[in-house]
Amino acid sequence: MARIESEIGKPQGGFIKWIDDRFPLMETMRYHATEYYASKNFNIWYVFGVLAMVVLVIQLVTGIFLTMNYKPSAEEAFASVEYIMRDVSWGWLMRYLHSTGASFFFIVVYLHMFRAMLYGSYKKPRELIWIIGMLIFLVLMAEAFAGYLLPWGQMSYWGAQVIISLFGAIPFVGDALVEYIKGDYSISDITLNRFFALHVIALPLALIGLVFVHIVALHEVGSNNPDGIEIKEHKGPDGVPLDGVAFHPYHTSKDLVAIIVFLMIFSAAVFFAPDMGGYFLEHANFEPANTLVTPEHIAPVWYFTPYYAILRAVPNKLWGAVLMGAAVFLPLFLPWLDRCRVKSIRYRGWIYRSALGLFVISFFALGWLGLQPAEGIYVNLARMFSVIYFAFFLLMPYYSTIDKTKPVPDRVVYHG
Amino acid sequence: MVRLCSYGLPLAALLMSSLAFAASGGTALEPAGNDVSNVASLQRGARNFMNYCSGCHSAKYVRYNSLAKGLELTEDHLVEYLMFNAEKTFETIQATMSTEDGARWFGQAPPDMSLIARSKGTDYIYNFLKGFYLEDGSPTGVNNLHLAGTSMPHVLWELQGYQAAIFEVPGDDAGGAPEFGGFESVTPGTLSAEDYDAFVRDTVNFLEYISEPIRGTRRVLGVWVLLYLTLFLIIASMLKNQIWKDVS
Repeated sequence: MARIESEIGKPQGGFIKWIDDRFPLMETMRYHATEYYASKNFNIWYVFGVLAMVVLVIQLVTGIFLTMNYKPSAEEAFASVEYIMRDVSWGWLMRYLHSTGASFFFIVVYLHMFRAMLYGSYKKPRELIWIIGMLIFLVLMAEAFAGYLLPWGQMSYWGAQVIISLFGAIPFVGDALVEYIKGDYSISDITLNRFFALHVIALPLALIGLVFVHIVALHEVGSNNPDGIEIKEHKGPDGVPLDGVAFHPYHTSKDLVAIIVFLMIFSAAVFFAPDMGGYFLEHANFEPANTLVTPEHIAPVWYFTPYYAILRAVPNKLWGAVLMGAAVFLPLFLPWLDRCRVKSIRYRGWIYRSALGLFVISFFALGWLGLQPAEGIYVNLARMFSVIYFAFFLLMPYYSTIDKTKPVPDRVVYHG
Repeated sequence: MVRLCSYGLPLAALLMSSLAFAASGGTALEPAGNDVSNVASLQRGARNFMNYCSGCHSAKYVRYNSLAKGLELTEDHLVEYLMFNAEKTFETIQATMSTEDGARWFGQAPPDMSLIARSKGTDYIYNFLKGFYLEDGSPTGVNNLHLAGTSMPHVLWELQGYQAAIFEVPGDDAGGAPEFGGFESVTPGTLSAEDYDAFVRDTVNFLEYISEPIRGTRRVLGVWVLLYLTLFLIIASMLKNQIWKDVS
């Protein structure tokens, strides 16, 4: 092993040298892979970043093939999706990979974000990585929202109608803004065309750019770990962190295993339950958009439902929209809301543990409530869990300072 | 990993069952009990659809030739028994009646049937087709238990006969809405109740098939994909263990 390691990254002469004289190939390889050291005690929570990259690639590749046969026109969009499903060779696979990929993107990204909350990965010196990550999340939401209009089904149309109309609640400019977004007086062919443009070029481009910056920022400061200790503080005589192992081949070989396990779960969904009982592909979206008939029950896809529940919990449309926006943006401020010096939950006290537990419960509960009709007990439950959701963030500057922490060890805990 | 799969599939099944179709008007739905892998039932369903439904309902995303392939029919059988309304086998299933006429005669055009099983669910269609009952004053003479005020006439009356619905008014003074208390045959049809159920079940089965013809293929392919990934996982785990064995 040591022999292989010492040879990786050395100029190989010939072709590699020719490239290296003109482009920092080996230097980049060393900086980002073979000599990028990350803690050896990464657990399962540390695979979701790379899995998000895998899903991004799946979405980009399948998206290209879908674009070859999809028609972004109100007249033809729905039929072109069915054409892809029935007449295009392997079109059904591209479509199911893409639609299932959308849901898995959010599963993976939510778990990735939760990892940061478990181990304090957003804290100094990683605040900027967290902020860039939150921007990725916002762009991803916009990307998913724009993409959902494209099949031009009933839920595509009416879901977009509900969300776009929220901007109308803004005083003075609201109505003009709604018209500006739609490009028409109602959601129409024009709206579909611009959402298509956003979905296939503008937003993916922003997404790729932000992901690149996210990784550059990460490699500048180095990865956090489940103990929340800076491994760079204990370096060997060779300048290598004592608790770190090279990203390649150590973490890459570990990530490969994670990627395959992920692909197995992903494939099980794609091949055996692409609708996921109406969660991934909503039943009502198998009916073409009908501007005259409102579906009985409009619910967004599951990944937006926690925020949708908060929106509906507020009786006033403007304040509902404001609170929904706040719920999405609040995590952005975590690096400053959290005043505790200890990063990892392993060494934090019961107050933060309970608060995080309540937050998770409220997030799931809101997600479920967002799928229920907004009536009776559901509204009151949504209000209660919204309060918990906001309290987690807004009271954090207080409860994170009074929490009793445990002593943090000097070196990472690792049981080979 | 085998363990992981055996957990994953029931989990998926659990999730699938948990988000109900929001189509029924409150009355409990009897399960359709159809089986899309039963080709004979699909062939009967295709016959039923072409004879009783396709006059008014199109299935405009379904091509005759792909249908023949999926239902294991020869081209001769296809042309003789199913293709009443098309010249070429690559055409899609269009209704005999035009959409405009449908809208004029029934108030709204009869919907396309290509995806009805995916948007409404098989149980709903099964119950809908069994749910027509006589009602005075209705333009078609009937109403439907699962879609009140439907503009669809009881096309299958000849087979099922006509039935009346019994509504029981709650005895107490609460003044609740009448509750459905069962059907009662008024005029018998040419089929027995069991045969009519089977007829409807075959038809629903056909509708489920055409809503996603690729379903059988994807399930078979999925097994191979998972087997391949399992093999890949074993090799990748060995590689990972080999690389990590010196780390302490």
